[in-house]
Amino acid sequence: MALRELSSLEKYLGLKKPNKYSTQGDKKVPVLQSNNGAPVAGLVTIACHLVKQAQRPELLGDSAESRAVVQQWLEYRVARLDVCTKDDIKITLKDLNLYLQDKVYLAGNQFTLADIFMYYGIHPLIVDLAVQEKEKYVNVTRWFDHVQHYPGVRHHLPLVVVLRNRVYTSGHH
Amino acid sequence: MSSGRSSGGPSKHTLALFFSERVVPFLSRPALPALLLPNGLYLFSSNAICRYLFEVSGQESSDLCSQWLEWEATDLQVNFNQKDVDSQDYVLTRWSKQNKSQVCVFPISLPQEGKRNILLTSALPYVNNVPHLGNIIGCVLSADVFSRYGRLRGWNLLFICGTDEYGTATENKAREEGLTPQQICDKYHAVHASIYKWFQIDFDFFGRTTTKKQTEIAQDIFWRLHKRDFLVEDTVEQLRCESCQRFLADRFVEGICPFCNYPEARGDQCDKCGRLINAVELREPQCKVCRQTPVIRSSKHLFLDLPKLEGQLDEWLDKSTGSGDWTANAKQITRSWLRDGLKPRCITRDLKWGTPVPHPDFAEKVFYVWFDAPIGYLSITANYTDQWEKWWKNPQQVELYNFMAKDNVPFHSVVFPCSLLGAQDNYTLVNHLVATEYLNYEDTKFSKSRGVGVFGDMAQDTGIPSDVWRFYLLYLRPEGQDSAFSWADMALKNNSELLNNLGNFINRAGMFVSKFFDGCVPVMELQQEDKRLLAQVGWELRQYIQLMDKVKIRDALKHILNISRHGNQYIQVNEPWKNIKGGDSERQRASTVTGLSVNIACLLSVMLQPYMPAVSQTIRKQLNAPESCINTMLQGTGTFVCALTAGHRIGTVSPLFQKLEADQIEALKKRFGGQQNTASAKPAAAPAPVAVAETAAVNGADPERARQLTQAVAEQGDKVRTLKAQKAEKAVITAEVAMLLDLKKQLALAEGKSPEPTPQKGKKK
Repeated sequence: MALRELSSLEKYLGLKKPNKYSTQGDKKVPVLQSNNGAPVAGLVTIACHLVKQAQRPELLGDSAESRAVVQQWLEYRVARLDVCTKDDIKITLKDLNLYLQDKVYLAGNQFTLADIFMYYGIHPLIVDLAVQEKEKYVNVTRWFDHVQHYPGVRHHLPLVVVLRNRVYTSGHH
Repeated sequence: MSSGRSSGGPSKHTLALFFSERVVPFLSRPALPALLLPNGLYLFSSNAICRYLFEVSGQESSDLCSQWLEWEATDLQVNFNQKDVDSQDYVLTRWSKQNKSQVCVFPISLPQEGKRNILLTSALPYVNNVPHLGNIIGCVLSADVFSRYGRLRGWNLLFICGTDEYGTATENKAREEGLTPQQICDKYHAVHASIYKWFQIDFDFFGRTTTKKQTEIAQDIFWRLHKRDFLVEDTVEQLRCESCQRFLADRFVEGICPFCNYPEARGDQCDKCGRLINAVELREPQCKVCRQTPVIRSSKHLFLDLPKLEGQLDEWLDKSTGSGDWTANAKQITRSWLRDGLKPRCITRDLKWGTPVPHPDFAEKVFYVWFDAPIGYLSITANYTDQWEKWWKNPQQVELYNFMAKDNVPFHSVVFPCSLLGAQDNYTLVNHLVATEYLNYEDTKFSKSRGVGVFGDMAQDTGIPSDVWRFYLLYLRPEGQDSAFSWADMALKNNSELLNNLGNFINRAGMFVSKFFDGCVPVMELQQEDKRLLAQVGWELRQYIQLMDKVKIRDALKHILNISRHGNQYIQVNEPWKNIKGGDSERQRASTVTGLSVNIACLLSVMLQPYMPAVSQTIRKQLNAPESCINTMLQGTGTFVCALTAGHRIGTVSPLFQKLEADQIEALKKRFGGQQNTASAKPAAAPAPVAVAETAAVNGADPERARQLTQAVAEQGDKVRTLKAQKAEKAVITAEVAMLLDLKKQLALAEGKSPEPTPQKGKKK
């Protein structure tokens, strides 16, 4: 639910007064009623706007490159992850697993908005994974567990249990 | 679809446009265009590439621009007909980097130059036995506290443990349950893992001994000992039970100890005097299974020549016990062993379920569990990382801590080090051997068969939180001598130390900030009295660190409680709730006292982390404390830093602990007291369903039982009401109420719900 994510994001950012939202179209795209003029539409656009409002620009990346990477993953979240079919899930998780092999966060070494929104978006997929699958996508699970425990991030989503110890020995994949 | 090109500016970017190239290494389906950034990351979204090129060329994008781009990605592109890419044509070839044997979720720990590298093991629990509280405090919980502490101190630490799975007990259990030994081990390994998870034991890796690596490493050590002539061959007389048709493993023979005459001595070790014996030496031996007298038969076996290795062992022991933090009992037990004189120790057995002996003359035999099991530490590490030798063959860089209960000491201080010394492969030997005494249960011993004591996941079923269990067990940690678990004492410590001391202080400090200072930490102007408190707290912190460094876990806990005691006194004396209503100088006092108190609460959360990790995290969450405070305060000799400065906004404060009521405790004590009835005076009509419910093992949801229990609860409820109406004796009513509450708890469990804490007494009516 886009509005719940935005509300959680507001809590993370520590914004004192919650903003007012509405939705438009049959896809229920969220719209932020902005004080100074034009309303802002689109989940990712609003999220970035909030981050700027809260004066936390580092959450969008601290260099041109990392900013682009963050935008890329935010786009990935709404354009690919949200419309993922059942067949796509395995591929998505496999790709992410490879990608996250040598990275702590999606943008590399820095925690960004990309991590928050990919976490929100991927949560329903992770919830449905069996213990063995979670171990298969070892890096995704690691990143996911890290983000869900990141202070202030997890609000509207239940905690997913991640076993820190392997139950299935490595030969079983 | 788009082909962006940077307008002006040096072109240092590699843009790939051709469909045949698979550029982005981690994507299964090729995505083009793709841009390789100077920092090594890939952009595979055309919109992201455009944004980047725009920014790099000095142009800024607005909210409106982002909005259009988002619409384009989610709406416009979707409605274009996309070519259905058949993933089979683009099977991703594996990265050359991908490590097939990578088994751990978190980055692998390896020793590092310039850091204190600690390898921490806890004695491997035998897979077949459900661990009880005594096992847990003796091994894994103690090791866990030290491991968490070590990480806070910035040491590079690896915490390894696992289940010990070979041996006859497993073989027998398998036969009983009609499964293979491997299946039994799989089943019970998961039981152990889940129990330790509930207790929040933070292993880096919890493995098993039944792996290929175990066989490899054990056989390697065996051959090295053999080649260097540290093994001797001999024919051994073993006890064979003709009626059971097998050679009896040591644990299946019982008799009279030849040294101290204890009648229940087991075949490998006498429980009373602790001496190692050979089963054939027992007087009046009996097969534990069928009670027949076994006969003696000969069999060829291999022995580890301990006397030949004694010189090396002595030299190493002097160094290790002299410079390391061995517990006093470990040193004493080892010394008395050596005094008795070392004899060759048999390392093979005529069994099936075990690591096979690779020598052709001993083909049908396996390694004796006490030769094989400690090698489990190495093989479990080998299953964690291929680079296990960096930990285990690296005594220069690595310090090894072994945690165990005292009955395991001789194997870890004599037998295993001799195997490693004899193998001559630069093995890391134990630097610090930490052994605990025994934990007893009430005034007796834990016994699964008699249903006495708390086992396995029963702790979880009591509804008492994991952190409270941890706290009490650590408070009781049997360091210098045996100690005893007592329900009444657990309630007392929970109510007095956790609730009234620790919880009270932290809660008050936070509440004052919320109520009087609008949720923001106020300005602190330190006066003489405050500086005195700072000095006191600083001293307690330094004591805590000194003690924990030496693994004096129980004593260190006392200092945490001292700090909160000082804190409570400080608040009592300074009465901020009064001063806040006074004039300027009084309000400043209230402000300082509150600010200092809440910072002490933050310090306490860090010091508590090794003991009560969940509570520790909760405190920090309530105080909205920065993550950085965790790492700074326990470095060096310990510095109390002001982590929450004036103006810091805290979160929502709420009570950390709940009171354990007397009747709740009484009910629990009865439940775990075993078949024998407690001698309290009860009225004649003790309802039958209660007795059945108490001694039965606690399972998951059980509708049949739920129905029975609902009936029993209703009946008992009526009984209590009648007694109260009749104004019967208080003791009688209390006993019946206790039974009713216990029944209700059983009912909740049978319905699959978690039992709620006892409602406040006298709430209704």
